[in-house]
Parts: sequence; structure tokens; C-alpha cells
Amino acid sequence: MIEIKGLTKQFGKKPVVEDVSVTIEPGTITSFIGPNGAGKSTLLSMVSRLLEADTGEVLLDQNNVKKWKSTEFAKRVSILRQANYINVRLTVRELVSFGRYPYSKGRLNSEDNKFVDQAMEYMNLTDMQDMYLDELSGGQKQRAFIAMVIAQDTDYILLDEPLNNLDMKHSVQIMKILRKLVDDLGRTVVIVLHDINFASVYSDRIVALKNGKLVKNGATNEIINSDALRDIYDMDIPIQEQNGCRICVYFNSQTS
Amino acid sequence: MQKNSTKLIFLILLVIICVLLYGFYDIKGGFDYAFPRRMIRVAAMIITGIAISYSTVVFQTITHNRILTPSVMGLDSMYEVVQTFIYFFAGSMSVWIINKYLNFGAAVLAMVLFALFLYRFLFRADKHPIYLLLLIGMILGTLLGSFVTFLQVMIDPVEYLGLQTLLFASFTNVKAELLYIAIGILLLSFIYGYRIMKKLDVMSLGRENAINLGINYDRMVMNILILSSILIATSTALVGPITFLGLIVANLSYQYLVTYKHSVLILGASLISIVALVGGQFLVEHIFELRTTISVIINFVGGIYFIYLLIKESRASG
Repeated sequence: MIEIKGLTKQFGKKPVVEDVSVTIEPGTITSFIGPNGAGKSTLLSMVSRLLEADTGEVLLDQNNVKKWKSTEFAKRVSILRQANYINVRLTVRELVSFGRYPYSKGRLNSEDNKFVDQAMEYMNLTDMQDMYLDELSGGQKQRAFIAMVIAQDTDYILLDEPLNNLDMKHSVQIMKILRKLVDDLGRTVVIVLHDINFASVYSDRIVALKNGKLVKNGATNEIINSDALRDIYDMDIPIQEQNGCRICVYFNSQTS
Repeated sequence: MQKNSTKLIFLILLVIICVLLYGFYDIKGGFDYAFPRRMIRVAAMIITGIAISYSTVVFQTITHNRILTPSVMGLDSMYEVVQTFIYFFAGSMSVWIINKYLNFGAAVLAMVLFALFLYRFLFRADKHPIYLLLLIGMILGTLLGSFVTFLQVMIDPVEYLGLQTLLFASFTNVKAELLYIAIGILLLSFIYGYRIMKKLDVMSLGRENAINLGINYDRMVMNILILSSILIATSTALVGPITFLGLIVANLSYQYLVTYKHSVLILGASLISIVALVGGQFLVEHIFELRTTISVIINFVGGIYFIYLLIKESRASG
């Protein structure tokens, strides 16, 4: 279990995340939503030890994240950030193989290779495993990075806006794969999402931030309603039900 | 991988050819006299080549930049500062010049301390240190350079001639007694390097991906900066500053051996730099008949290559 307790982070004098406490339920998809600059990515970075918090703590299985050995933590929690610029030439397979580093330290055995093959198959990358990353489209590259994180075989997978730059088809594919990881393999996914409707359709729980503060935290159906969304986005957002999914029709809402 | 091993074997053959050519070409007078002397120079060139390549490749990995080299941090200037200080305050007859070990020790120590001071100071001050660090390094380098020039103007002209030979890279007056120390330092850095090769591969994925995969990134950056400055200090103290060599060989290695594996990249860069140094020295001694020095050739070729790199990079980003 990941427990976030009273996290605060300031950049200069401006607090970006202020006293946020959340518990991530195992075996669920939890989405972090909120307007631009709400502190979603910063919060995720602190949970995954990419960024040190000013105050507060993050506990993984009751132990402070700072106390975990870096390699052991890498076997339990993985993180993928949005910008992934790499200036070395790598093939898809080489990149995905890096996901096994916490286990193999760079010397892959047959079991590691099995995980790599599986991860690529999951992300439909098997055909292009020998292609170089700079030959791929933005979406294919993104899938390769997600495959690396899947090969890392962690209980917790943290993703920072993984749908950026992806078209509708690939976005849906990736969300379905994440759903499968949770439902079939019992993983826990924490994801920063920009599109409220992906959050509504695919996540179990939603954590909403605004100006660095936690405004809502609950099951998806408690958050996806016009009242709660008004508090988060300052917009009147009508909700429509479609095949059991709640869709937020915000495209012509009144903005204030 | 198969292709890369062929390329590496080709480079090794080239190194052997260069060494044989340099060792045996036009050997006049007593073979017993000339040959060991030539071999001492070859040893110095091999050590220098490896130290510069190794430190430049790892330095470029942690800065994620293929144009920066450790000398941009002002390390070369620190060497000049130390030697100029000694000449200015103690004079050419002092124990600090006569005793080569003492001189070597002082230079290495000063350069490493300078690097450590920079890193310590800045790692505490800021969370995103690399660019700030480099900027401050460049400014300090310029400051130290101007200060050194100021002192040099006031030194006795005869003394200055002695100082000048120390400040230009040259393999014709290698301090042979320092070779063993340099070999020792190189071996130690290899032992450390063997343990971090795979970590370096992961670090080339960038800070966030490296931390995700369990690398203690910030501490590794610190360690590698120190390693890098020790290696540069060693090679500079042995033969004098060779600014461009690291830049050329590291980039040639990236282009020739398309791989992310540091073990291959560092080996390739080392072999290329040995070829450049031994081959270059051969040209200096037998074609130019010592009318120029190897650093002039390297800076000339390096300067042209550097301009080519800048143009290429600006096209790629523009």
C-alpha cells in the first residue's frame, strides 16, 4: 500500500503541492485529475522519489520511501514521466530490456528475456522490436516506454500523462492494457490524466487537485457528477450516460 | 554486436601498426638507446589517450551533452594556475619543480580539490546543478586564465620559458618517472569503472528513467565528476593540456560504434585516441621533423571538427 501523508512542495515561494494526503488502494486504477498547474505531476514525482518533498512523507508498505533501497524500490514501483528525450540510439528491444535492470543489472537471463518478450507483446511491439526509437512515431515510442515499465514487473505503475501525443485509437488501447494489468495481474496503476472522460471510463478512484490542494478523493462515481466537477474545474459540466459510462460533455460549457 | 567487435579489432590493428611504425621507423644510432625511449613515449600516449577518452565519455553521459568536455569546467586552467604559482612564488629551482612527484602530486591534488569544491558548493546550493555548474566552471576558467596571464607577465622571461614547456602538451619530454603513478591511478579507475559500466548505460536514459530503474542518480553524478577530474588531472600532469582530443575521440566513437554500451564506447574512444596520439606524434617527429608540436596538430584538427559539430547540431535542432 502507498500512503501519502501531508506532502508539501514549494518552488521558490510558490507552493505547488500543499499538505496532500491520499492512500492509494491496491488493485485499482487511481487517476489524478485537475486543471493545469494543479500539482498532479509534482505529486506523482514525489511519490516516485524523483523529487524530494519539503515536508510530509510517502510510505510504501509502512516504510518511508527514502528508507527503501533504490533497487528494491525499483522492483516495487515504476514511474514513467511525460518527456522522454534520449540522445543515444536504441532499438525498441534494447529499451524494453532496460526495464529488467533492477533484477539483472544489465546481464539478462532467459527469465528476463521472457518478461521483455511478454511486455512487447502486450504493447503490440513485437514486429518492430529491432527498429530504432528515432524511426518510430510519437505513439509507438510512447508504447515502447510503457513496455519498458511493464517489463519492470512492479506492483505499482505510476504514469504521468501517458496519453499525451497519442491518437484516439492508441489512447483507448493503452487504457485497456492498463485495465488488464489491474484486473488480470492485480497491479496498481496511478495515472495523471488530462482527459476527464478517460478518467471517468477507466479508473476506479479519482484524486482531484486544484492549486496544489486536494479537493476531491473518492470512487469514480462520487467524483464524476456536475457538483463535484464544478468544485474542481469551475465549470458547469453536464454528464451523459452512454453504455454505462459517464461522459462529461464539457465542450460548450460556460467558463467563468 | 558482431559488427562492433569487427570494428574494435580493426582499431586494435590500427593501434598496433601505429605503435610498430613509431617504434621502429628510421631508427638511427643505437637501437638500445632509441627504442626504450620511444616506448616510454608510447606508454605515455596510451595512458593519456585512455584517460582522456574515458573521462570525456563518462562526463558527456552525465551532462547529456556531446559538446561539453571536462576542460570546459576550467580544469585545464587550474593546472596552469598551479604551475604558474610555483614558478612565480618558488622559482624554477625550487623543490616543487625539481621533484617531479611533488609537482605531479600538487597538480593532481589542486585540480581534484578545485573540482570537488565546485561540486560540493553547488550540489548544496542547487537542485539542478549541471548547467549552472558548467557556466560557473567556464567563468572561473576564464578568471583563472586571466589571473595566470597577469602573473606570467611579471615572471622573469628566462623562468617563463621553463614554465612554457610545462604548459604545452608534449610527448617528447614526458616525465617518465611519473608513468608508474599514472598507471596506478588508471588501474584503480578501471576497477571502479568495471562496476559502474552498466549503471552508465542506464544513466544515458536520462535522470528520471535512471532513478526509476533504481540508480542512485545524484550520487553517481557526483562520483563520476570526481572520477573524470582525477583522470584529466593525471593526463594533464603527465603531458600537459590537450583540450580538443577528448571531444574528437568521444564523438568519433559514438559515430563509428552505434551503441549505448559504455564498455564498447570507452574502449573505442580509447583506441581512436591512441591512434591519433601515436600517429600524430609519428607525423610530428618524422614528417614535420619537430617543427611543430602534437597539440598544435590536435587543436587544428579538433578545431575544425568542433566547428563541424556545432554546424551539424544547429542544423539538427533548427
